[in-house]
Order: sequence, then C-alpha cells, then structure tokens
Amino acid sequence: MTNHFIDFKNSDVILIMGSNPAENHPVSFRWIMKAKEAGAKVICVDPRFTRSASKADLYASLRSGTDIAFLGGMINYILQNKLYFEQYVRDYTNSAYLVNADFKMPGDLAGLFSGYDAKKRSYSAKAWSFQKNADESIKKDPTLQDPNCVFQLLKKHYGRYTLDLVSKTTGTPKEKLLEVYKLYASTGKPDKAGTELYAMGWTQHTVGTQNIRAMVIVQLLLGNMGIAGGGINALRGESNVQGSTDHGLLFHILPGYLPVPSADLKDTTAYIEKYTPKTKDPQSANWWANRNKYLISYLKAIYGAKATKENDFAYSLLPKLDPGMNGSWLMIFDNMIKGKFKGFFAWGQNPACSGANSNKVRNSLAKLDWMVTANLFDNETASFWKGPDTDPSKIKTEVFFLPVAASFEKEGSITNSGRWAQWRTAAVKPLGQSKPDAEIIHELYQKIKALYAKEGGALPEQLTSLTWNYGFKRADGTIKTIDTHAIAKEINGYFLEDVEDKPKPLKPGEKAPPPPPPGTPKKMLGKKGELAGSFGQLQANGSTSSGNWLYTQSYNEKGNMMSRRGRKDPTGLGMFPEWTWCWPVNRRILYNRASVNLDGKPYNLKKAVVYWNPNAPLPNGKTGAWVGDVPDGPWPPMANEKEGKKPFIMKPDGVASIFGSGLKDGPFPEHYEPVESPVADNFFSKQQSNPASKIFKDAGIKEDVLATNDPRFPLVATTYRVTEHWQTGVMTRNTPWLLELQPRQFCEISIELAKEKNISNGDLVEISSARGKIEAVAMVTVRMKPFQIGGKTVHQIGLPWCFGWTTPGVGDAANLLTPTAGDANTMIPETKAFMVGIARKG
Amino acid sequence: MAVSRRDFFKLSGSGLAAATLGYNLAPVESKAEDLPIRYARETTTICPYCSVGCGMIVHTLGGDVINVEGDPDHPISEGALCPKGSSVYQLRDNKARVTKPLYRAPGASEWKEVSWDWALDEIALKVKKTRDASFMPTSKIKIKEKVGSVEVEKEIEAVVNRTMGMASVGSAALDNEECYLYQKFLRGLGLVYIEHQARI
Repeated sequence: MTNHFIDFKNSDVILIMGSNPAENHPVSFRWIMKAKEAGAKVICVDPRFTRSASKADLYASLRSGTDIAFLGGMINYILQNKLYFEQYVRDYTNSAYLVNADFKMPGDLAGLFSGYDAKKRSYSAKAWSFQKNADESIKKDPTLQDPNCVFQLLKKHYGRYTLDLVSKTTGTPKEKLLEVYKLYASTGKPDKAGTELYAMGWTQHTVGTQNIRAMVIVQLLLGNMGIAGGGINALRGESNVQGSTDHGLLFHILPGYLPVPSADLKDTTAYIEKYTPKTKDPQSANWWANRNKYLISYLKAIYGAKATKENDFAYSLLPKLDPGMNGSWLMIFDNMIKGKFKGFFAWGQNPACSGANSNKVRNSLAKLDWMVTANLFDNETASFWKGPDTDPSKIKTEVFFLPVAASFEKEGSITNSGRWAQWRTAAVKPLGQSKPDAEIIHELYQKIKALYAKEGGALPEQLTSLTWNYGFKRADGTIKTIDTHAIAKEINGYFLEDVEDKPKPLKPGEKAPPPPPPGTPKKMLGKKGELAGSFGQLQANGSTSSGNWLYTQSYNEKGNMMSRRGRKDPTGLGMFPEWTWCWPVNRRILYNRASVNLDGKPYNLKKAVVYWNPNAPLPNGKTGAWVGDVPDGPWPPMANEKEGKKPFIMKPDGVASIFGSGLKDGPFPEHYEPVESPVADNFFSKQQSNPASKIFKDAGIKEDVLATNDPRFPLVATTYRVTEHWQTGVMTRNTPWLLELQPRQFCEISIELAKEKNISNGDLVEISSARGKIEAVAMVTVRMKPFQIGGKTVHQIGLPWCFGWTTPGVGDAANLLTPTAGDANTMIPETKAFMVGIARKG
Repeated sequence: MAVSRRDFFKLSGSGLAAATLGYNLAPVESKAEDLPIRYARETTTICPYCSVGCGMIVHTLGGDVINVEGDPDHPISEGALCPKGSSVYQLRDNKARVTKPLYRAPGASEWKEVSWDWALDEIALKVKKTRDASFMPTSKIKIKEKVGSVEVEKEIEAVVNRTMGMASVGSAALDNEECYLYQKFLRGLGLVYIEHQARI
C-alpha cells in the first residue's frame, strides 16, 4: 500500500475493484464506512455482487479478466473530457517525455507494441526508448502537444477503448461504465482524493501487473498519488506477506528489494554498476543511487567479519542465478514434476491446495526423495501421499512434519499492508513440543554446520561464514535459545566502526566552507557497536551493517520502535506516527511530496499530509523544513531549482511513469484475453492473450493443458475467499467455530445458469476444467448474473478456494481446476479467470 | 507488552465519578468480579490472519490462553475483530494441533511420532547430502563483451555457487525476524529456488 488502512477515511471516492474488503479484510471496512459517513462515495466493480458491493453506492459487474478494458475506457473518458489534474500530470509524471519516433502501439501493430520477438515470447524494451538530447537528458515537451510525447501516445492508445468496445468485452452495460467513470473522475480536482483497493482479483491474471498499471495511470491523471485518501492500495492476503516480501523470501530479491545477483555480475562493482540507475536530471533524488550502501551493508550483516574489502565482502558466496534464469513458483513445480529436485521445504505453506493446477503440485511432490513441512496442523501438502486416489505404497517421498508455535506463542514483528511493523509478545509457551519457526531454523542450522565441520563438503564456507549471534552463548559456544530481538537488531543494522559525519562533496562551483577551528571534535554519525539510526547513515565501505536497509530505524538506539504504543495523531489524518513503526523511516504515506504544489503548498489544505514551512529554523542556521508526515526526503520543494527534488524519489528521473519502459509486456496496459477465455477473438486486436505471458506447453506433462473455446468448458470461473476461512483453510478449517460457520465447498451460480443446467439451490454439482474436477454445493443466487459478451450470453461462476480433503466432508481444493500460466512480469498464476463446465451430480 | 489490567482501573475510576453522579454501578461491578479474566495476565498481540494488523489482547492464566479479544487502544481496529480474529484462542485449545514431530517413511501409509533430535538429525543429513550432490560452483553462461567498438557474445564459466537439488516455499506466516533468518539460512545453503505466498 502507498497509504494505510485508517487513511481510507480521508477519501472522497473509494474504488473497490480486484478485492472484497468487507469479506476478506473486514475490520478495514470500518474506515470505508467512516469515509461514507463523511460523505464519500464507494464504487464496487466485481464479477459478483459481493459483501463489499452491498455497501457500495455504485456497483458495476464485469467479466473476470477484463479489468484493463474497463480501466482503459476510464482513461479514455478522463482524457476526452479533460478531467485530469493538468499541473500534476505535467510536473510529477513522465507525460511530457518524447518517445522515439519509430515506436508503434497495438492499434497499428495488430495488438503488439514495437520490439516483440515471437520466438522468445518477449519484448526488447529498447524499442520503447525515449528521445535524448545531446547531453543524454530526456527530450520533453512541457506543452504536451508533440505527437510522440507520452501524453499524446496515451490519448491515441486509449482512444481505441470506446464505450462500445469496452462494454462488448467486459459485459458491463455502457450506462454503468459511464456512471463509474464520471464518479471516479470527479477526484481529478486538486482538493479531491480517490483511492483504489485491490487484491488477488487483480494480481492473479496473465495481465496482473498491467491491471495495476492501468489504475496507476488513472491515479496519476487524477493526481491521486501521494495524498491523504488516495494512492493505490494492495490489500495483501496474509498478516506478514508484506514483511516476507520485504525480507526477500523470493527467488529474485534479497531483503530490501536488492536483486538477486546473476552470474554475469562477477563482483560487487559489476552488480552496483548494473543496479544503480543514472540520471541527468539535477532535480531527481534517484534514491537507488544508494544501492551500493545497501548491498555492502547486507553482506556485512550476513557474513560479518568474513566479509572484507579484500574479498569483495564475500560476494562470491552469495548463490547466483544464470542471466535470465527464472526460479519462481510455477518453475519450481515444473522442475519438480520433471524430477529435478531431491529435497523440498514447504515451510508454513500448503502448495497442494494453494498452488494453481494443484494436481500438478501434488504429482510433483511424489517425485521428491524428501520433504520437510513446518505447520500448526496437518494439511494437503504434508499428507499428499495419502490423498484422494493416491496409493501410499507407491510414493517414495520421505516426509518430516515439524510442529510450529502459534503467533501468540513466540515473539517477533509482522508488517501489515500499510507497512506498519508491529511487535508481538509471547503470551504463553508453545503448545506441547511445538517450537517457534526461528528456533527450528536455528537448530537445523547448527546441525548442518556441525556436519560440515566434521565431514567437509561442497563449499562449506557458504554456510559456515554466516553470522549467527542470536543470544546468550553457553560455555561450548552454542546458543540455547534464539533471541528474536538480536535478529531484529541485525536487520536494523549496526555501526561496525566509528563513522564520521562528513560534509557532502562540493558541487561544481560551490565554495568550500571555512575549516573548523583547531581542536573542534569530529562530528560523528555513530560509534562502533551502536545500532544504526536510519538508512541515511549506512555506508558502502563496510563500516556499517544492515540485514534490510528498509527496516533501518525499526530497532535503533532509541529502542524497539515496532513495539511503541503512542496514540498521538497530530495531523488528525489517522497517521499515528508513534504507534509501532512503518517503513521507510516511519513515512505513513509514500510519495507525500506529490501532495503539494511546486512551492510546497498542499493541494488540499484540509487534509495536508506535508507542507513546506520556509521559516522553520534548522540546526545549521538555515531555514525551511517540511511539517507533517515524514517527507520523501528533506530537500526543499521543486520551485527551488538548486536544491529542490521531484517527489517520486524511487524513480531514476523523479517522476511517476505513465509510460512504463520497465514492464515486460508493454509500456501501456492493453487488453488481452485470459489464456482460457469464452471469446474466440479478442475484440481489441488480433492478439488473443498476453504475448509475453508464460505458458507451459512441454510435451509429456499431462497436467499442463488449456481449453479455450471448448464446448465442454463454456463457463468463466473465478476463485475467492470467505470471511470465516483464511487462505487454504489449514488454520480455520481446524478452528471449530469457523468450520461450523462455513462448513463446505460451494459454488455460486446465477438463476439463469441454474435453469439452463437444471440445478436447484443446494444440489451437489461437479465442476470440471481441462485439469481436474471438484464437488460443491450449488448456491443459486442473484449475486451472479450472465454477461452479454459480443452478443453472446456468457455465464460466470464463483468458487471459494479455502477447502481441502484433509478436513472430512468439506470438499477438495478449487485450485485443482486452475491453469498453469504466469503473468508476464511477476509469474503470478492466472487463477482468477479460467474455463469450467458444471453438471448436477446424481 | 503486558497491559496490566488497565481497563479495570478505568472502570473503577469512572465508577467513582458515576457514583457521585448517582448511578448504581453495583450490577456492572459484580459482573466484572465474576469475569474469568479477572486474574489473567494480559499480553498484546497482532492478529495472525489477514494483513490489516488488528490489535488483540491475549488473556492467560496458569499457562493457558483463556480469552482473546480486540485491543481497544489499537488505532486501526479500535477493539474490533472479525470472526477469524475472535476465534484465535481455538488455535491453542485444539486437539488437532500437531505437537510432536512426525515422520513418514517411503511407502508408509501412516505418520509416526519421532523425537526432535532424530528428525532434525535426519533432515540435516539429507540436506547436506542433497546439497553436496547438486552444488554447482560454476555455470556456463553467455555474456556480451566489447571488442574494440563491436559487441561480441562469448561463453564463459562463471561462479554461481548454488544448490540445484532443493527448493523452498514459505512463508508469509512467519515473523519478520524469522523470514530474514530463513532466507539467510537458505542462501547459506546455496538455494536459489526460494519462493512463498507473495508469488501466488
């Protein structure tokens, strides 16, 4: 989330699309209702009339997988009717940038952008480059009139998204589209805020990233980023999926979003060179220019004294990918089913239920020699060897089940969607012999390390060089119980030497200040052994450590910031700066300097996130400071041409990207059909599905089958959760109250489809896809309605995915039906739009 | 952080004020006397389910969790909880919790209870064996190099130091410190196939 949950109350229009907070983030909905009480309007767009829809002022339905068409129509409406916030678009986005004259878009290129290689199913982003001046700076047209400028290209591209074409694709009536567009576009006024709440309804598509990009473009056009009540807000699924992502439990990132190194980057110099963006814009803060400090501090955190300048901070010990190698979820199970792995950890996760195409996952597990699972309860992954239609005697996989402590039986922090890292204290000891995950990891590490010490083996230093100072050491040097505070401090980072606070290097032409009188003590940033105060203090020379630069400040010399319980709310906007701690540096609203004009004056004076006070005295004798939320850097507003900086500091050029050159499937979002679709020919172009998405077509993998326009599977299906269950239901299916409230797999179908298929409410039905089948109880409801798609009636059904066979009588996983196909950018599987058939059982 | 029965002080404080105003609080006070949480220890925590991060108070007595309720001081949830949050105590008071390490041998049709030491020793042996057998110190990759003014592609043997025979998924259900420790441990073993819930 760019903003946070309480901030919903500051919104004027709330668009719920791709999520269902009333059902899945119930307590957050209080803040949506508070906004409503204050006069805000709520829009809900969803294939199904959800619990969130029931509280909305305006509901519109759309067929699953057509969000880009819907939002593309909105972009077109905003541009045609000049409802955008012109000054914001000009000052804070790349709308004025000139794209090279050879660049072509889907309207002229049969659904493709320039630079496509059909053989590789990928684009060369070189074809999307900007025009450059002689000094390598980007050419711009501040009048936004040049036909090659981003703004004009945007207009041209979305000019194709007419109401007729959008409605024909989404199935949303034209008048509904207009109602939604008009209401949401009303937030384009400088003092109005619109927010968007999405979740897996947007990410689990082969165009998932572009769904979000389409909304980002809307938010930028309307000036809704960086403001109170605005932003683009991912309502994430798990209590700590934000934290687990921040800490790099993914194949492509180390903690703090540092890319995992690839083999072509042979040393830290090559790594830093590749991942440090460059800018010619003097007003760009270009925050990733600090990459070197964060990488070296990470290496110092994990390898400690074993990382020296002489050995390039032990960079060679970090495991490396081949260039372009993809180790993501779908690839793991594709490799596993091909027998490429001997061992597997399913640690606090249930892929046999949560993984797309779960039959493929379950059959993969049978190819392993051994598997370790860590969980509170038995589940479909741990016991896959005795699952439905499985003969245990034929499964050779050895399985270890490690029982873990519940959240309130251990100590540590979790980070919510609003980036608040909140500390939890142990209330009781772990139940029975169960142990906190950290304790199990610790013990396993000690045992493996001891084996390497005894026997040697493949590069033991990779493991034995790790720092492991996590608590009181016994006489023999071992640590009995792991101390999570010590880990939290390592994440925050330390000064490893005394570090002097040196003045910034002089700019060309700048005069050096007079030298201090002799005998003046050196100004220090920090002393050896102290915790680093914030990431601005981290160094690239090995004199500091930090396990994750984003969390530097979370546990510093002031104490454990994540356990704070201060209730002050000085702005009245609900930011609660003294309640726990949020990354980065306790900034509650990201990009908050986009909420003010070039002089630092808030566009909305009533809900000012930050403002510039030119008269505020500073310790160095100068004046001028930001007031309010922690700003995106201390620099003065942009009107100060010498020192002012642009607000989008994580972008190399300081402005937000309407034109996104970094995407893998096009600089503007374009509508493509899901890999399984009821439409034979995409109405927008000849290109049926995302040309850069990942399709699994290996001969011999019988589970990887797709069925588009197949008469056996004529219905669009989507999956979702229910309030009473969480994810695959491992915890909630084992909670008696919750299982009683929501006892088994059901399937929501329309009255019209029920009639057609002779199904009554409460009937047992079988739902099948090209990959599997499940049983469910039919719930015949007005909440589902058939769509008119290109003159054809198309039915959609809905399935919760929180059930599985280890709980008797609840039915098996909806993911047995879903396909193996990955988003072009993230490789998130397309589980929110796929094709099925339905039949009454018996 | 334990909250030390703050609510009871609040209640008695307002009770005094109310008494002077003439309200009869006797029924409320006698009800409070009877509450099983009266002598319980209070510990604050955050809900383990969705990502809103609601505050909770866990009441414990003699090593048992006897009640979990919303934390009224928490600025996001202000004491509210959804059905999942409200039933968190049943994760403890629960016969289905696995409380001992289990092992399933090749071809076996049932789990067997084992000791922690045995389980972790066995896992350590398997991890080491798999790592040693599948460790790739180098990999043949193609790089582009400038020769004069021309870019040419050439194959090199590059250091990768990675383990190919193991993968890991999980977990967004771990605490931050555990996530960090887990990625450090896995990368220390040379794993590159590291994924979790964020990808699905």
